[in-house]
Amino acid sequence: MNSRNYYLEDDGIDVEPSVHGIPGTLSSDSAARRPSVVWPSIAFAVVFIVICGLLYPLVATLAGHALFPAQAEGSLLRSQGRVVGSALVAQPFVSDRYLSPRPSAAGYDTLTMAGSNLAPSNPDLRKAISERAAAVALREGIAPSAVPVDLVTVSGSSIDPDISPAAADVQVARIARARGISPDQVRAAVAASTRQPTFGVLGQARVNVLEANLALDRATP
Amino acid sequence: MEILIAFGLAILLAWPLGRYMAVVMQGRASRLDIVFAPVERLIYRWLRVDPARGMDWRSYAAAFLGSNVALFVLAFTVFMTQAWLPLNPDGVPNMSWHTALHTTMSFLTNTDQQHYSGQAQLSYLAQMTGIVTLQMLSPVMGLAALVAVLRGIVGGLNVAQAREGEPRDLGNYWADMTRATLRILLPLCLVLSLALTWQGVPATFGGAHHAVPVDSAAGMASQTIPVGPVSPMVAIKQLGTNGGGWYGPNSAVPLENPTPLSNLLEVVSIPLLPMACIFMAGAFVGRRRFTALIFAVMGTLCIALTTLAVTSEQHPNAAAHGIVADAPNMEGKEQRLGPVDSALWAALTTQVNNGSVNAMHDSMNPGTGLATMSAMLINMVWGGIGCGLLGFLIYMWITAFVCGLMTGRTPEVFGRKLETREIKLLSALLVLQPIVLLGLTAIALSVPSITGNSNPAFHGLSQVFYEYTSAYANNGSGFAGLSSGTVWWDMSCFVVLALGRFPAILIPLAVAGSLAAKRAAPAGNGTLRVETPTFGFAMLAVIVLFALLSFMPVLVLGPIGEWLSLAAPSIR
Repeated sequence: MNSRNYYLEDDGIDVEPSVHGIPGTLSSDSAARRPSVVWPSIAFAVVFIVICGLLYPLVATLAGHALFPAQAEGSLLRSQGRVVGSALVAQPFVSDRYLSPRPSAAGYDTLTMAGSNLAPSNPDLRKAISERAAAVALREGIAPSAVPVDLVTVSGSSIDPDISPAAADVQVARIARARGISPDQVRAAVAASTRQPTFGVLGQARVNVLEANLALDRATP
Repeated sequence: MEILIAFGLAILLAWPLGRYMAVVMQGRASRLDIVFAPVERLIYRWLRVDPARGMDWRSYAAAFLGSNVALFVLAFTVFMTQAWLPLNPDGVPNMSWHTALHTTMSFLTNTDQQHYSGQAQLSYLAQMTGIVTLQMLSPVMGLAALVAVLRGIVGGLNVAQAREGEPRDLGNYWADMTRATLRILLPLCLVLSLALTWQGVPATFGGAHHAVPVDSAAGMASQTIPVGPVSPMVAIKQLGTNGGGWYGPNSAVPLENPTPLSNLLEVVSIPLLPMACIFMAGAFVGRRRFTALIFAVMGTLCIALTTLAVTSEQHPNAAAHGIVADAPNMEGKEQRLGPVDSALWAALTTQVNNGSVNAMHDSMNPGTGLATMSAMLINMVWGGIGCGLLGFLIYMWITAFVCGLMTGRTPEVFGRKLETREIKLLSALLVLQPIVLLGLTAIALSVPSITGNSNPAFHGLSQVFYEYTSAYANNGSGFAGLSSGTVWWDMSCFVVLALGRFPAILIPLAVAGSLAAKRAAPAGNGTLRVETPTFGFAMLAVIVLFALLSFMPVLVLGPIGEWLSLAAPSIR
C-alpha cells in the first residue's frame, strides 16, 4: 500500500501538472463569484450520454459480436435449418418422448417471464408443489418423496434451460418406453448434454433439456 | 469453497485497482495520460470549466446537483418519447409518466429499482442512453463525493495555505467525474462486457428472434428469444453497484447470466469497486491503518450476514418439506447456479447497494430475508461505490462522538473536532431513515388495496418493508411479488429514492467542508484514536444499535415472525 501522503505535505510530492492545480487559490474567488453550474451541467449530460450511452454500448456490442457471433445472437439452436430455440431458454415439452423442463410461472414466455414470487410460508406454494409432485410421481411411476426438488419448483427466470441429473434420471424409463429404445440410449443422449460444475466447484451439475431432446430426436427420428 | 474463491478474487483484484484509483483521483501523472488527457481536455473545453480550479463544499455540491438535474431531464425525455425515437426494432411504446419518473430517479440515484420489464417496456435506445448512461454516471458521482469528503477530512487541498475558518478546496467536480468515468469505469466495463458475451450474454443490434419450439404438442407455436446490446449493460450494472438488468428477472435469466463462470464474474464485480474504494481511501488520507479499520468493521458484518444467508438457504423450502425429498430451497433458483451461489449473491448484492439478483428473494427462506434486509438497513458493508464509505464515515463520526462523551474527551477525528453543527447534521441523517421507512410502510399497509401483495401474513409485511428499504438504501432489489408499476408504488418510491440518496451525499460533504476548515490539533495522549480494535468494536455496537435495533419491531413482525411460524406451524 502506498503510504505516501500527497495532500498533507506542503511542498507537494509530484511536480507534474496536477488537475487540482495550485493550492490556495480558492478563497480569493469562490466566495466572490461562484462558477456557474448551468452550462457545465447541460454540456456534461450531453457529452456523457454520447460517451457512455452510445459509444460504449456500440463498441462493446460490435466487438462482442465480432468475437463471439453465436453467443452474441442468443446461443440459438437449429434443427433442419430452422431456429428451434436457444440453449439458454427453456421451452415447453409435454409429450412422453421428451425430457420435461422445470415448471414455469409464465408459460415459458420470455416477455412475461418472472419467478413465482411465492414465499415459503405461502399456502399456495405448498399446494402447487404437492400437486406437481403428485403429477410427476404418477407420470414417472415413482414415489412423491423420490421426486427431485428442481422438478417441482419454479426457477428464478421461469425459463431455466437446465434440470438436475437426478431429475433427468427419473424420466429415462418413460422416454425409453415412448420411443421404443433402451434406457441406455436415452442415458447416452442425456449424458452428452450434461455439464459438471465449472472447474469442479462453480455451480451445479445440470442437463440442458433442449439439447438433450434434440439429441434424442437425432438418435431416433 | 465458491465463497472463498469469490471473496479471494474480489480482494485480490480490488487492491491494485484501489491503488490505480488513488493515482487517477489524485490527478497524478501516469503512462495512460497519452490516451486520456487529450480527450479530457476536449471535454473540459466543451464544458467551459477549468479542471485545476478548486471548489469548496458548496460549489462542489452545487455542481453535483446541477448535473443530476440535467441528466434527470434528458433521461426522462427519452423514456417518454422512445416509441418515436430510432433503435426500437421491437416497437416498444412510450412509458407511462409515473413509471418514467420512477425509473429516471431510480437509475439516477444508483438504485435501479425496476417497476418495468426491460425486454418489453424499453427500446434499445432507451436502454443505452437512458439506463446505461445513468448506470455509468451515478456510481461515479458517489465516488466523486467520497473523494471530496476524503480531501476534506484531512483539511482540503489547500490545507497548507488556508487559514482557520477559510473555505477549503475539495477538488473539482467536473474533473473528478470525467477522470473517474473515462479512466476507471469505462475500461473495466469493456473488459467485463466482452467476457460476458463469450459466456453467452447477447450483444447485437438486431431484433428478437422467433423460434419454432420442438414439441408441437405443447401448444407453443413460436417463442421469442429477446436479444439486444445486453452485455454492455450487464457489465455496468454489476460493476457500478447498479443492479438494474436488461430482462425483468435480472441475472436469474440465463441470457443475462448463462454459466457458473459468468456468475462468478458477475458476483465478484459486485463488491469490486466498493472494496477498491477502501484501498483508495487508505492511500488518500495517507493512513494504512485506516484501511485496516474499515476492512475489519465491514468484514465482520459481511461474514455474519453472508453466513446467515448461505446457511439459511441450505435448508429445504418449508413449502416443499415432507412432500419431496429434502433438498436445499430451489424455489426461485436456477439449476446451473444452485442455493450456495444464489445465497452468496443475495448477501453481497444487499451489502453492496447493488440490487441485481440471480434468484428471487421473495421465495428465499426467512433467515435469508432477515440477512438481506439487515444488510440494506446498515447499507455500508462495502456499500455503494463511494456511498458505502461515506456511510462508514457517518458511523465513524457518530461513534467518535459517543466515545468522546463516554470518556469525557473532546470528540475528534483525525485531529478535527466534531461540534454541535456536525452532530446536528449527522443526527438528522440517522433519524431520517426510520421516519421514511416506517412511516411509508405503515401508510401502505393501512391501505391493503394499494400494495398488491403476492403473499399473505408476515411475508406480506416483509414485501412492503423490503421495497422501501431497498429504495432508501439505493439498492434496488425487490421482493418481486408486489404489483409495483402503479402510481402509488412509483411515486412513493420516487420520494424514498431521492431521500435515500441526496442527504446521504450532501450531509457528509457539508460535514467534511466544515471539519476541513477547523484547526487540526496535534495528536496527543488524550486523543481518541480511531484506528484501534477497541474503536472498531465500538463502531460495530453503534451500527447494530442504530441500523438494526430501530427496526427491531418490524423485523420481528416480518422475517423473524415468518421464521418462527414455519419452525412451529401450530401458531400460524
